Amino acid sequence: MATEYTPKYTGIIGWVERRFPTPFIEFQKHASGYYAPKNFNFWYYFGSLALLVLVIQIVSGIFLTMNYKPDAALAFGSVEYIMRDVPGGWIIRYIHSTGASAFFIVVYLHMFRALLYGSHREPRELVWIFGVLIYLTLMGEAFFGYLLPWGQMSYWGAQVIVNLFSTIPVIGPDLSLWIRGDYVVGDATLNRFFAFHVIALPLVLIGLVVVHLLALHDVGSNNPEGVDIKKHKGPDGNPLDGIPFHPYYTVKDAVGAVVFLALFAIVLFFVPEMGGYFLEYNNFVPADPLKTPLHIAPVWYFTPFYSMLRAVPPLFNSQFPGVMVMGLATMILLLLPWLDRGRALSIRYRGPYYKWALTLFVVAFLILGYLGTETTNVWGQFGDWLGKADVATVVARVCTLVYFLFFILMPWYTARDRTLPVPSRIAD
Amino acid sequence: MKKLLTGLALACAAFTAQTFASEGGYRLDRAPIDQNDVVSRQAGARTFVNYCLNCHSAQYMRYNRLQDIGLTEQQIRDNLILTGDKVGDTMRVAMSAKDAKSWFGVPPPDLSVVARSRGVDWLYTYLRTFYRDPATASGWNNAVFPNVGMPHALWTLQGERSLQRKEGEGEHAAVEYKWVQMTPGTQSTIEYDRTVRDLVNFLAFVGEPAAQSRKQIGIWVLLVLGMLFVLVYLVKREFWKDVH
Amino acid sequence: MTQEQKPSSTRRRLLVVTSAAGGAATLGAAVPFVSSMLPSEKARAAGAPIEVDISKLQPGELGIFEWRGKPVWILKRTPEMLDSIKQGAAKLADPESSVAQQPDYAKNEFRSIKPEIAIMVGICTHLGCSPKEKTAEEKAEMGADWAGGFYCPCHGSKFDFAGRVYKGVPAPINLEVPPHTFVTENTVVIGDDRKEG
Repeated sequence: MATEYTPKYTGIIGWVERRFPTPFIEFQKHASGYYAPKNFNFWYYFGSLALLVLVIQIVSGIFLTMNYKPDAALAFGSVEYIMRDVPGGWIIRYIHSTGASAFFIVVYLHMFRALLYGSHREPRELVWIFGVLIYLTLMGEAFFGYLLPWGQMSYWGAQVIVNLFSTIPVIGPDLSLWIRGDYVVGDATLNRFFAFHVIALPLVLIGLVVVHLLALHDVGSNNPEGVDIKKHKGPDGNPLDGIPFHPYYTVKDAVGAVVFLALFAIVLFFVPEMGGYFLEYNNFVPADPLKTPLHIAPVWYFTPFYSMLRAVPPLFNSQFPGVMVMGLATMILLLLPWLDRGRALSIRYRGPYYKWALTLFVVAFLILGYLGTETTNVWGQFGDWLGKADVATVVARVCTLVYFLFFILMPWYTARDRTLPVPSRIAD
Repeated sequence: MKKLLTGLALACAAFTAQTFASEGGYRLDRAPIDQNDVVSRQAGARTFVNYCLNCHSAQYMRYNRLQDIGLTEQQIRDNLILTGDKVGDTMRVAMSAKDAKSWFGVPPPDLSVVARSRGVDWLYTYLRTFYRDPATASGWNNAVFPNVGMPHALWTLQGERSLQRKEGEGEHAAVEYKWVQMTPGTQSTIEYDRTVRDLVNFLAFVGEPAAQSRKQIGIWVLLVLGMLFVLVYLVKREFWKDVH
Repeated sequence: MTQEQKPSSTRRRLLVVTSAAGGAATLGAAVPFVSSMLPSEKARAAGAPIEVDISKLQPGELGIFEWRGKPVWILKRTPEMLDSIKQGAAKLADPESSVAQQPDYAKNEFRSIKPEIAIMVGICTHLGCSPKEKTAEEKAEMGADWAGGFYCPCHGSKFDFAGRVYKGVPAPINLEVPPHTFVTENTVVIGDDRKEG
């Protein structure tokens, strides 16, 4: 990077550029002069799409706060007020509710991309870790936000999750009392969750997104071949297999963005409830601390972890092991860069062990996700020979085991895997 | 790429819509409602203000919003506002929640979003399955909502009926229901079903008044995005000529 | 790479068209957000026209009604009050009501549809205090030539019984006459001057 900067523009832009070159320098560094591999495929849309959803959520969120009231007596009514009385309010609310689910869809696919092509591997360990932190923050953001409509599912979902903390030995009960600020989820809880949702976590999220991108741009993007494009540079010092992010990937990502927005619009305008997965039916009943709905299920993006919680049997009458498992399931993601010892990054050159392991992992995760939306007797019971255990509980236990074995056995099966030789350049 | 999309489609298909359950185990009938049928919705509005609004509010719904189902402000004022409310007011009830609780055991719930929480099929079936039951406080019971607090508000229309439940033979056999008309109502079964359909159609409107304009706007949005897609795609192809 | 080359004309044309279309789409997307800051249905309902029954107003009596959170005065003027309006023009800043502080149908000598019924927003056009009625009898306080009208206690602005402002007081223009309409002899709708269809 040149330390001396020569202005390029004339006229008004040039006037600004001579006095304030920073945006021009940064644009060159991160867009027009950032060389990305030329072979990005379908899976590489989800990074920019995640950024797009973040912007959508922030903008729609700001406009929702103009009419939402974080008060136990008013919250439910203020959401209906937005849906009916505020001009255009229903669009903004549906944008935000659809955006919440869209965020997780995009982020899950983005994370899966990393598993496919080894984007978490050296030298991008920090990029992965910042990414996992973004994912965890997003879960917090979704959890806090879900209380705000103050419907039955909001209320009881929050009640159940906060009570998970009370299973922690010794400090648990006091901790959950402190989180709620009341003996049950109440007005104080709603008010503080609102504060976390609209200001505290968004700030953290934006900060993490910035470091995620800076860390990525320092080491450079991975690609579906998993080869390092910086090893072969042309006479101008730029990678031979790279192309400037701007304009090539900005125009390509724009295509992805329009397709994504069309899918987004289909949900928003035609199936905003998405069959009860994006907006749960019971959440159209105002929160009632005296009446628990028959069947409480978290929103779909939490259900894989919720399934694990339910699958783990209590130990000494304590749910704590289940809570531990749920926590570990997310924390273990942080170790991924060091668990993976494969000689190739991309799945294209990996052997059968990793391919099978990844397939089983994804299937187990999807099954866990599905089971989390259902009651444990959804698939009936085994006969007497298995103690009449719920089929779903047993399946969830197996899937939980698969989930963890994917990580725990990873150092072994990735090191032993038969990898193919990785080319040194990206073929045309 | 194709394999991938098929995979995604399959994954989506696995997530079939969550269904509304009937607590009583009674099979729900499909509500034959049509959101474009404003005549049905207007009829439902009349039934609603005459039979439901005495006890149940729709406190987030403004009377003047009924203009969306083809009524004028004057018609709303003359035919549908039975209280002293103004046309810009919401549909409230005079009864206090405290009185209601002492009369019915539970305060009658607000019906603004009942069509969204219960689902239209549930409502359509529920309102048609009241029966006489001397064992309950109100003398009424319901097949879909056992031991419901509400007496049959539309009984003069439907008449009184009784229900005999016959447990089927064997472990998994379905329960058989036998309805007996005890006294006739002012409406025939077909007329009554139509009354309930109209009422449910109206409640579906009240649940989300923006639903209809939502779909109309959605079509425009998709058309604009479709046009934008063509343009953006052409730009992308033009630029990527350099790379390929 | 083409970075340093001049973009071709096709490329430039495509970019311009696409940017314009994208910009228009973004503007369209902004519509719900911008319109969400307009008064909601609730605010509109609260600001809806009010219907006032004036049959019980005695001659000389001032009724105060609330419309859009503002006091609206309805004064049943006596013949003496009407006389004072006719004769007081010399002391007023805008006796002809040339500043548009009233609907066209109230741009007349008495600033009203019916001479004896005065309807105006009781908020001083200076800084928004609400003036008090001072009858012609209160000369001791208001001065010997006071013919009756309204007096603003905040900064001493004076108005006559048609809401016209005096010369040399802080208030610059006459009091506002709200849109209104008589639906029957004794019922007036404030805030709406359309005849009901």
